[in-house]
Amino acid sequence: MSLNRNRNFKFDWITIILFLLLISFGWINILSASAQGEVLSYLDMSTPYGKQLVFILFTVLLIIVVLSIEAKFYERFASIIYLISIMSLLGLFIFGKTVNGATSWYGIGGFTLQPSEFAKFATALAVAKYISDLQTNIKNIKDQLKTALIIFIPAFLILLQNDAGSTLVYAAFFFVFYREGVPQLYLMLVLSVLTLSISVLKFSVISVCIVVTLIVFLHHFFIKKNKSSLYKPFLISLSCLIFSFGVHLFYNNILQTHQQNRISLWLRLEKDPEKLQKMKRTISYNLNESEKAISSGGFSGKGFLEGTRTIGKFVPEQHTDYIFSTVGEEWGFLGSSTVVILFIFLILRVLYLSELQKSQFSRVYGYSVASILFFHFMINIGMVMGLIPTVGIPLPFFSYGGSGLWGFTILLFVFIKLDANRINEW
Amino acid sequence: MRRLLLFSIVVLVGFVFLTRLFYLQVYSSEPYDLYNDNAIRKVFHYPKRGYVYDRNNKLLVANQPSYDVMIIPREVLPLDTIEFCSLLKITKKDFKKKFKKANTYSPRLPSPFVPQLSKKDYAVLSEKMRKYEGFYIQKRSLRDYQTTIGANVLGFIMETNQGDISKDSYYQMGDLIGKQGIEVAYENNLRGEKGVKFIQKDRFNRDLGPYKNGEKDTIPTPGKDITITIDSQLQEYGELLMQNKIGGIVAIEPKSGEILALVSAPSYNPNMLVGRERSSNYTKLYNDSIHLPLIDKGLLRMHEPGSPFKSLVALAALQEGVITNNTTVTCYDGYTYGRNNRKMGCHCGGGTRNLNTGISKSCNAYFAHAYRKSIEKYEDATHGMDVWSNHIKSFGLGNYLGYDLNIGKKGNIPDGNYYDKWYPDFRWQATTVLSNAIGQGEILVTPIQLANMTAAIANRGYFYTPHIIKSIDGEIINKKYTTKHQTTINKRHFEPVINGLFDVYNKGTASFLKIPGIDICGKTGTAENFTKIDNQRTQLTDHSIFVAFAPKDNPKIAIAVLVENGYFGARFAGRIASLMIEKYIKGTISRTDLETWILEHSLEHEYSKPFSNKPFKINANSKLMKISDSEVKKQTLFK
Repeated sequence: MSLNRNRNFKFDWITIILFLLLISFGWINILSASAQGEVLSYLDMSTPYGKQLVFILFTVLLIIVVLSIEAKFYERFASIIYLISIMSLLGLFIFGKTVNGATSWYGIGGFTLQPSEFAKFATALAVAKYISDLQTNIKNIKDQLKTALIIFIPAFLILLQNDAGSTLVYAAFFFVFYREGVPQLYLMLVLSVLTLSISVLKFSVISVCIVVTLIVFLHHFFIKKNKSSLYKPFLISLSCLIFSFGVHLFYNNILQTHQQNRISLWLRLEKDPEKLQKMKRTISYNLNESEKAISSGGFSGKGFLEGTRTIGKFVPEQHTDYIFSTVGEEWGFLGSSTVVILFIFLILRVLYLSELQKSQFSRVYGYSVASILFFHFMINIGMVMGLIPTVGIPLPFFSYGGSGLWGFTILLFVFIKLDANRINEW
Repeated sequence: MRRLLLFSIVVLVGFVFLTRLFYLQVYSSEPYDLYNDNAIRKVFHYPKRGYVYDRNNKLLVANQPSYDVMIIPREVLPLDTIEFCSLLKITKKDFKKKFKKANTYSPRLPSPFVPQLSKKDYAVLSEKMRKYEGFYIQKRSLRDYQTTIGANVLGFIMETNQGDISKDSYYQMGDLIGKQGIEVAYENNLRGEKGVKFIQKDRFNRDLGPYKNGEKDTIPTPGKDITITIDSQLQEYGELLMQNKIGGIVAIEPKSGEILALVSAPSYNPNMLVGRERSSNYTKLYNDSIHLPLIDKGLLRMHEPGSPFKSLVALAALQEGVITNNTTVTCYDGYTYGRNNRKMGCHCGGGTRNLNTGISKSCNAYFAHAYRKSIEKYEDATHGMDVWSNHIKSFGLGNYLGYDLNIGKKGNIPDGNYYDKWYPDFRWQATTVLSNAIGQGEILVTPIQLANMTAAIANRGYFYTPHIIKSIDGEIINKKYTTKHQTTINKRHFEPVINGLFDVYNKGTASFLKIPGIDICGKTGTAENFTKIDNQRTQLTDHSIFVAFAPKDNPKIAIAVLVENGYFGARFAGRIASLMIEKYIKGTISRTDLETWILEHSLEHEYSKPFSNKPFKINANSKLMKISDSEVKKQTLFK
């Protein structure tokens, strides 16, 4: 290596190729899902596929900019970027435009911009910056709370804008925390919270509390050697009782009706077959149609631009959140499993690269990227296939939308830049 | 360890997704079928069903348009049921019942809601149909019979049932399919191929346009016209003669096996089973358990052949060499046989009989002798019976004839094995089963088998499988019907038997049936028959049977007539057979006395006897019943 070029950039081409594959296959499916009759021009700006192509072309510019900026910039300016992002979220309360009930958009000319898509990237930077600070000890409860606050602020603002789906994504940061060393107890807590919530909804508060109390006390009397005090098992049972009631109240009084219905369908709480049929035709219409579309694709699919359910627009929102159903119908099991595998490869690649990072900042950031991508992937495809309740978030690189595309591109390419700079770190 | 958590969850989720995809797309997914895709509307165009012509190119069956109101239950939106029901001329209760029925069949596939609208109803309804989501009108073609005869031959078409649909995926609910007669026998030729248009729908059920620009659409292929062997004039005349009688007539052209007439009486006007009255008419016909108008008597009635069978007994005996033309038997008003001097009665008047007079006078004793000799020629009765049975079966008896209408009966011709099973403990011999000699005992035939047997005699030893099809769109018929079936009897043995049959008309049992100018050979027959009344085996008046062919040389027609409970053979069946032969050969009737007699006499009183709950008399003790002149006239007009 020549001396006057002491900075070596080795971009991870595997990640870039996976990104390119996903983005191009994504566009092909948007074309299918939004084409009406003959496709006259791929750049027809009155159609989603035309717009998306422009967004994609613009992404190239974005990538060049992201990659040419000094890697250190992202670390140094993390707080500023975070602040700007928070400001942009706050600004929505004044200038925001409401689409589909969520006030998440700025209207600029004919285009709309969704700041929450960029907030993920900003939050990831801020979290990485804060955790990697030499003065921060993640095992310290005070620092944990501070980091949580960094995540909580944008998440809360987004929730206020009535975009519960995007809020949920911030839970992905738990993986980052865990990786960086929060106590094991937290994992136990998260798992118990999930198990308890689902059990309470599926069965009932009383039965869940009885079962938990029984287990705790049996454990205390028969397995535990030190039988001195009843204080601990009693406390566990009590908190379980309180929590269960909390879940119950939350489900019945705080969640909106459509959210209740989605959960009720997922957990099969509705037993009356007639009501269930009605729900299938109304509330879970999308899900029902998307499952049918995927299923109808069979092993090898009906072929590009030949999905009858896609052409007939049987799945509403198919080019955005339900884009995967187009893949399923037109490309069949072959195509859709390829997409799943590509995503898994991409996420695992980012995870692998994160572990290679020498700086903690890069590692935490990389971990955040992987976690966020994974959450989107899991929730979106899980929803489209009917495995988890309906949550409206896009499939990265696939779903139609400029903000999402750019948000994910920046998120990923900042990491590629950080990773490329790895060799230059000490 | 901590770094493995997310890693393993990612891999796990990936695995779960792939499994789910496999389940959705491979495991539980049926192979893609355009017909089952509810994103595609299928519009069917039904082709013209093939026409049916008789042997003289007279059009018998054509088509008429019909309009069905179809329903796709899940696409039905709330509607003004009162108005809709009044348009369709149904009650609200019917509406609910029909809806439920359609929904049970399939909520997403079309099924007929109200079939076969009249043209007038259609005109009113078609304007308003747009208002009723989930309903549409499907045009189909129904049969339009140009004739009132031959219902049993022409058959009918009906809506497909679940069984038809699962048997052949070509059919959908509401399609029409042949159910009887030539409609079912030649269904595949007559129906053609329906055309289909695929139309892409959107989720609001609106049409977006042709699917794939219509490249998968097909145009209907019209059904093929067929010509049948029936002579409609002869058929019509036969049906006229058979009025007020139950039975069948089968007339065959011996030199080709073509069925000239296949009369089943009583019959019905085929137009009864077309249109909205179809199902109530069908029920009416189906429920007539006395006359069974839907049962083809010519093909399905099994009975003892009686004396016409004697010709075969004679032929078998000649072939076996156990009698010659000159063998004589003395008849003492019957035939005495066996250790206990059992006697088989005979009405021929007694005296010395040879082959010729045996046949013409129908002497039981003569044939008992001939039959016994044929069996006893072999030491073993089983063997003798087998040989005899073989000769008889070579005339197409005892098994399905293989004609092209898909109903039939085997009849019964016993062989050695048959009696071995009956008498497992002791030896049986020719005399044990002597009744076979005179066409009784275990012998069972159908009228068409009798006619075919007569054709084989007329041909002096061979027959063609009887068939109803002459040509399909001008194409030559199945080779099966142009293959000669040779009987086991040498040609030279036929002439003496035929002379005997000729003398039946000349000086025998049918001498009063002579038709001037035609040499007819025939044979009368009488078959005892029984029914069960209150679990009591009760004898009814004998069936009147007659077989004949004419002319004696170069025969043009062979015929078998069965008139149930018509008493002796010459009385009803003989008259009818002679008239049919004259009609076919001459075209006009010179023996109008015979015709008048037949038209004037009804057997309805015989048929109501078993149901009268009163004791009744049969055969000679039963009176003939005449019907008034005006009734006769009405009958003639009816057809």
